[in-house]
Amino acid sequence: MYDTIIIGAGMSGLAAGIRLAHYDQKVCILERHYTIGGLNSFYRVGGRDYDVGLHAVTNFTEKGAKKGPLAKILRQLRFKWEEFSLSPQAGSRISFPGMDLKFDNDIELLRSEIASHFPDQVDGFRKLEALIGGYDQLDQESFEQSTREIMGTCITDPLLTDMLLCPLMWYGNAREHDMDWGQFSIMFESIYREGFARPFKGVRLILKNLVKRYRSLGGELKLRKGVKRIHVQDGHAQAVELDDGEIIVGKRVLSSAGRIETLRMCDDVSEVDTRQVGKLTFIESISILDRQPTDLGLDETIVFYNDSDKFHWERPQDDLCDMRTGVICSPNNYEYSDGQQLDDGVVRITSIAEFDRWNQLDESAYQVAKARWYDRAVESAVRFVPDFRSQVIATDMFTPKTIRRFTWHDNGAVYGAPDKKLDGTTHLDNVFLCGTDQGFVGIIGSIMSGISIANQHCLRD
Amino acid sequence: MAPAEIREAIIEILEDIAPDEDLSTLEDPKAFRDQLELDSMDFLDIVMELRKRYRVQVPEEDYGHLNSMASTVEYLTPKMEDIAV
Repeated sequence: MYDTIIIGAGMSGLAAGIRLAHYDQKVCILERHYTIGGLNSFYRVGGRDYDVGLHAVTNFTEKGAKKGPLAKILRQLRFKWEEFSLSPQAGSRISFPGMDLKFDNDIELLRSEIASHFPDQVDGFRKLEALIGGYDQLDQESFEQSTREIMGTCITDPLLTDMLLCPLMWYGNAREHDMDWGQFSIMFESIYREGFARPFKGVRLILKNLVKRYRSLGGELKLRKGVKRIHVQDGHAQAVELDDGEIIVGKRVLSSAGRIETLRMCDDVSEVDTRQVGKLTFIESISILDRQPTDLGLDETIVFYNDSDKFHWERPQDDLCDMRTGVICSPNNYEYSDGQQLDDGVVRITSIAEFDRWNQLDESAYQVAKARWYDRAVESAVRFVPDFRSQVIATDMFTPKTIRRFTWHDNGAVYGAPDKKLDGTTHLDNVFLCGTDQGFVGIIGSIMSGISIANQHCLRD
Repeated sequence: MAPAEIREAIIEILEDIAPDEDLSTLEDPKAFRDQLELDSMDFLDIVMELRKRYRVQVPEEDYGHLNSMASTVEYLTPKMEDIAV
C-alpha cells in the first residue's frame, strides 16, 4: 500500500514525489512513456542530444536571491542553486512588421524600448505593471479574468498589447485568443521581470537531479507503466489499474495526466466533456548548423515573431500548421559560465500546429509533411533572423504526435486545457491534479505545481 | 530536551529550509517573518521537519505559536522535554 501514487514522471510529478518521499511517505510514480520528463524531456538521434519542450527556464534569479519562484522551489526541494546550474540569456526580441521590442532579464530594457517606440504608452505600461501580482495573490475567480480586458484599461495601442502578449502566450497560454489574467500575471513576472536561463547541459540536468534526489529518498519510479483506470468506490479512489492489468493500491492519487485525461480513467465517470480539452499544440523544426549562430549574426536567445499587426493565437483553421507566428530559439545564445559553448550551432523554430490533421496522416504522408513543414517553418523564420539555411548540417522535427507520446495529453496540448483547476481538487476526495491542468506551466511553474499540491493535499494526513 | 537544545534544533531546521539566511543575528523575541524571508510553505516545513525528526505533532490550530523563536521554544518545551538529545 502506497501513501501516494503519482501519475506521470514529468517535472510536477517528480517534484511532488520528492516532497512526499522527503517526509517519509511511501511513494510510487507511474509513467506510461519509456522515459521521464513529460513535455520537458530529451532524446538522442544521430549521435546528438535534443531537448523536447525547453527553450528556456523562466524565473531566473541570481544565486542567493531569497524571493521568487526559483528560490522557493530550490528551498522546498532542498537543492542548491548550483544544482540547476542556470546561465542567463543573451537577450531576446519581439518582432512584428516594422516594430521590434528587445528585452532581457532586466525589465528596464523593455521599459526603455516601450518608451522609445511607444512613448504615449509609458504610463499605461506602468499601470499594467502595478496590477500584476504573484502566485500567492491569485484565487480562482481573479485568475480567470480576461487579460485583454484588463490590458485594455492600461494600454491603448493594440500593437503594443499584441506584442506584449506574444511571448507570454507562446510560453504558457492554453486558451485561444485571450489569456487568463492569472496566467498572464505569472508569465509576465517569470519572463519580463525575472527572465530566461538555461543549464548548459539542457533540461536533462534538471531532470536527472530530480530523479536522483527522488530515488535517494526511497521513492519508486516505474517507467512503461501507464495507468488505465482508477478504481472508485463511494467517491474514493481505491487503487489504480495499469495498462498491463496490474493493480496498485494507494491511499491517494496525484495525477499530472491532465484533468479530462484523469477523469476518463476514473471508473465512476462514464462520459467526459472533451470540448474542454486543450487545442493548442506545436511542431518544432530543429536545425543543426556547422557553426555558431552568432557567426551568422544570429545572436539573440529567443525571437518571438508575428508577420502582421494582429497576433492570432489559435489552432490552425485549415492546414497542418500556421506560419504567421513562431518562436526562434538558439540554445547557444546563453551566457554560459567559463566561456563554455555547445559544440553544434542549434536553431529551434516552434510553430502552431493542429493535432487531428497530423494524427490522421499515414506513415509516409507523415514523413512528407515533416519535411515540407520544416522547410516552411524555416522559410517563415528567416524573415526575422539572418538566413542560416546554407549552414544546416542536420535537421530534426517533433510534431503534435511526438508531444502526445511524451505527455499523453489529449491533442498533444502543450499547455493542457484552457480551464485550470488551481486548487488541484477533483470530484474524488483522494484524487488530486498537478501539472499543466492545475495551472502552473513552464519548468519552474510545473515544479511549483507539484510542490504546492503535494503540500496542500498529500502531506498532512 | 532543554529549551536551549530545542532552540538549536529549530536553528538546524531553519538552516536546512532557508540556507541563504543569516541566522546568527536572529532575535528570539521578534517574529520570524520580520527577520527572515519565510512564507507559508516554509512554515509548513518547520512543522513537517519537527514531525520527521522528533515525532512532534503541531496541529494546524497551533501554527500561530511558531511566530518567533521565543514563542516556538516556549510552545515546544512541554512537547519535547522527554526527547533525548
